[in-house]
Amino acid sequence: MKQFTYFIKKEFFHVWRDKRTLLILFGMPLMQILVFGFALTNEVKNTKIGVLDNSKDETTRAIIEELESSRYFDIYRSLGSNADLEPAFRSGKIKLAVIFPENFQDQLHHGNKASIQLIGDATDPNIATTLINYATAVIMDYQRNMRGQPVYPYTINTEMRMLYNPQLKGSYNFVPGVMAMVLMLVCAMMTSISIVREKEMGTMEVILVSPIVPIRVVIAKMIPYFILSTVNIASILLLSVYVLDVPIQGNLALLVGLCLLFTVTVLALGLLISSVAGSQQVAMLISLMGLFLPTVMLSGFMFPVENMPIPLQVVSNLVPAKWFYYIVKNVMIKGLGFEHIWKETLILAGMTCFFMAVSLRKFKTRLE
Amino acid sequence: MSAEKVISVKELTKRFGDFTAVDNITFDVKQGEIFGFLGANGAGKTTAMRMLCGLSFPTSGEASVAGFDLYKNADAIKRNIGYMSQKFSLYEDLTVRENIRFYGGIYGLTDREIKEKSDEMLTQLKLGEQVNSLVKSLPLGWRQKMSFSVAMLHSPKIVFLDEPTGGVDPITRREFWTLIYEAASRGTTVFVTTHYMDEAEYCDRVSIMVDGRVDALGSPTELKEQFSAKDMGGVFLQLARKATRSDG
Repeated sequence: MKQFTYFIKKEFFHVWRDKRTLLILFGMPLMQILVFGFALTNEVKNTKIGVLDNSKDETTRAIIEELESSRYFDIYRSLGSNADLEPAFRSGKIKLAVIFPENFQDQLHHGNKASIQLIGDATDPNIATTLINYATAVIMDYQRNMRGQPVYPYTINTEMRMLYNPQLKGSYNFVPGVMAMVLMLVCAMMTSISIVREKEMGTMEVILVSPIVPIRVVIAKMIPYFILSTVNIASILLLSVYVLDVPIQGNLALLVGLCLLFTVTVLALGLLISSVAGSQQVAMLISLMGLFLPTVMLSGFMFPVENMPIPLQVVSNLVPAKWFYYIVKNVMIKGLGFEHIWKETLILAGMTCFFMAVSLRKFKTRLE
Repeated sequence: MSAEKVISVKELTKRFGDFTAVDNITFDVKQGEIFGFLGANGAGKTTAMRMLCGLSFPTSGEASVAGFDLYKNADAIKRNIGYMSQKFSLYEDLTVRENIRFYGGIYGLTDREIKEKSDEMLTQLKLGEQVNSLVKSLPLGWRQKMSFSVAMLHSPKIVFLDEPTGGVDPITRREFWTLIYEAASRGTTVFVTTHYMDEAEYCDRVSIMVDGRVDALGSPTELKEQFSAKDMGGVFLQLARKATRSDG
């Protein structure tokens, strides 16, 4: 047992002495949360739009005011003529243009019908659609208010309620994703690199010649990264609650327990990589291509799994992060209890056991 | 010198697929001996040594090290041998003292033993002042000597040295061999592979491997007579020329 503590101490020295890596390890969750929270967001907010008002009457002014006062749009500037439209779009200064025809109010009041043209920049089709929908909604709102009560005898009103995330905040979606990504990087990549480094340096041979039991070598390697991960889990949760206002709806102990389970999964993956990789670069490459990329692409964090072609959906089931992401989302955001996620947890636990068994086996045979 | 055999190897063979790295070698090493293990690159010396250290399983043959059977008692062997690998095997980002503590620790030495041993070792190597500096700040010669002393920390019966003086200047090599002699005079058996023929002359007995076989075995004087060469270099060249396989 004493050998073991010496070993763990040594691992801590390695981590502690390498200040640059340490900075990355602790800085990364902070960076990712802040970047995803404040910079990279697909929410539509304060989008610059251009307005071409050929009518300049009361009604058009009122509609423009409505548009401006919504939190989705900022009027970039009023356009003078059709000729200004193209350059404004091309330079990317506006994403949407609202065009009122001449005599808008007259047509509306006397002809009972007037049209507004909405032109969207569809280089990003999703955003363009969203913008057009929002603008339409704002205009419809105005129309309803202007007319007072609807005059149709039969009306269907849709009432919407966005469950679990009423403000439609992107952070609800990415906090679980960032957690999976950070744990992947910290645990899998760092563990595999630290084991492969010893192989490269030749120190692994000396350790294997010593009477220390190989399995203890592996466990001692994992412990510092396990502890680092718990620090990272804590900092991500604190940041998301206090900086991003994403509340933890479910049981905190359950959430933390599941995070720790995933940490072990990833540590096992790191060990597996280290038994395949011959050099630190290869270990890093495999971690990035084999673990990090699927985590980002296939876990459902960036792109919904349900929309993928069937083969990809099948493949995504093999990505541990997918299950972790599902679990965290349900516990943290929806506030579900264990009874709703036990199946996914079982799958994750099964994967963990499998990876652990395979990698320990591989580690042993490598020594021969 | 007592005649007790501490290493006994009989028809030991290691194959990797079709390739026979070590081909049916047989030899004994006596206690307190400095046993030189020579051979060109790829002749199979490192493979043979790795088998004796328990890093690699033999394909066939028998061997006992420090009185324990290679197959049945690998753990007992590990406690009784020291090993210095070809690559520098201390942790560069740890201090001298931390390295000593770590290696002492994994061999199960008590804190007091570690303290005594490290004091002794630091005086011998005149490293007292550098005890708290990182190993990477030490010159290569010192590091090699320190690696050796670390391999000797738990007073093993046998110490295996895999090309310990590679890339080291002649003066340090001399100092290194002084350490080897001291260890041998205290009864430790030294099993050393080397490329340097002058070092072969320092050994009590030498075996020369060619293409995975032991082609010559005896004291340097005997071998020089047998091959009527004036130095070990001559002996080695005569044997190595017969080799059919080159680098591997």
